[in-house]
Amino acid sequence: MIQIEKLTKVFNSGEAGEVVALKDIDLHINRGDIFGIIGMSGAGKSTLLRCLSMLETPTSGTVLLDGEDTATLKGRKLIEARRNMGVVFQGYNLLMQKTVAQNVAFPLSLSKTPKAEIAARTEELLQLVGLADKKDNYPSQLSGGQKQRVAIARALATNPLVLLCDEPTSALDSLTTKAVLQLLQDINHKLNVTIIIITHEMSVVKSICNRVAVIDESRIVECGQTETVFENPASDITKLLLGYEVNE
Amino acid sequence: MQETIIKFAPLLLEGCMDTLYMTVLSTFFAYLFGLPMGIALFITKQGGIAENKPFNAIFGWVINILRSIPFIILMIALFPVTRLIVGTIIGKNAAVVALSVAAAPFVARMAEQSLEEIDSGVIEAARCMGATNFQIIVKVLLVESIPSIIRGLSITTITLIGYGAMAGALGAGGLGDIGIRYGYNRFQPNVMYLTVVLLIVIVCLIQWGFGLLARKVDKRNTKVKSFGVNFIGGAKGVARIYKK
Repeated sequence: MIQIEKLTKVFNSGEAGEVVALKDIDLHINRGDIFGIIGMSGAGKSTLLRCLSMLETPTSGTVLLDGEDTATLKGRKLIEARRNMGVVFQGYNLLMQKTVAQNVAFPLSLSKTPKAEIAARTEELLQLVGLADKKDNYPSQLSGGQKQRVAIARALATNPLVLLCDEPTSALDSLTTKAVLQLLQDINHKLNVTIIIITHEMSVVKSICNRVAVIDESRIVECGQTETVFENPASDITKLLLGYEVNE
Repeated sequence: MQETIIKFAPLLLEGCMDTLYMTVLSTFFAYLFGLPMGIALFITKQGGIAENKPFNAIFGWVINILRSIPFIILMIALFPVTRLIVGTIIGKNAAVVALSVAAAPFVARMAEQSLEEIDSGVIEAARCMGATNFQIIVKVLLVESIPSIIRGLSITTITLIGYGAMAGALGAGGLGDIGIRYGYNRFQPNVMYLTVVLLIVIVCLIQWGFGLLARKVDKRNTKVKSFGVNFIGGAKGVARIYKK
């Protein structure tokens, strides 16, 4: 599904010189996975996400999405490839001046989908995330969990192959987190969408990810089945992340 | 005073109409040119959707220079251009040309400011969804900044009323012209006071109207949806401002 090979991203930040954000990242994500990418702040998670969502061009290496190298795409092709990758953000990033239904319909309106089709698809997606009754509300009238549900529905609108979630629950309380993770799991089962979750919370990985990669200081230090990694953490950072959760 | 009012009512009414005519038209043209200029500034800045540092720097300087020329000097400097466009350098229409040129760079900065208020994450999200730059401008930037642009519109309009009064000194007509001609040149201070009062009323009405409109269209912080409740809420807000 997604094959990341020798992905390196170097930022040239003027006086500070070159900053290596990602170094030789190799990751293979299978269709239907709920794949967790975990790491501390500054480990390179955000850059990896930005490379996956095609917002940032890798310095070297490849990101193959369904066999196509997304790193070299430009113009029309890039725009089409982006529709195959739904992104859910920590801060929801909803249009504040549009209703819930208009937000969900937004990606479809970009590709000139017929109005009737948009309406039907919006209805269906809002049913899926359990917010059909809120379709005419504005984001400011919703709770954090509800906003994230809208964002998930919006990300699914174009029927993407992959749902990329950037710290989807970090702004939510524990109960809401549980519900949102449950929703992601349901979506994974029902729609067979591959889900990638980037997070700093071990509990998130533990509850829904079948595979996990640990990223530290710009490199992948560990990758495997969630149970295996949790039972036999090989790297110090994984132990730290696990211990950190225990102490909590 | 009463005598003055009765005697000058037709003249003052005409002055009001002239002032409104100049303000509305020049505001329209200022936005027609200024809004795209503001968008161009915003999208070409560092990290913008169409980043272009040299363009942004040069364009920014041009706008700064235009903004720093005193209006009265700009108006005189524009005489050849004005004559070319409207055929004359005196009268309302001539003033509209100068006012539009003076206000467009001002509007550009106001629009840029409004666009800055948009959460950059929303723009990023639109890019992730495969929006083209044009779609981002039309469907995200302009839509999300509407309340702020409306607030900017009230500031621009009121500034233009002030400039319009200055244009009056160069034969443009309007309330400013009447104030100067009768109040200053003919020693009739009552006429001048009246024009000032009228200008105050016009400015207050514009501020109030646009404020209400901005609150009505802004969907952030709306806990209630119905217009009626929003209207009462808006009126209460206005009342609170007046109490202060």
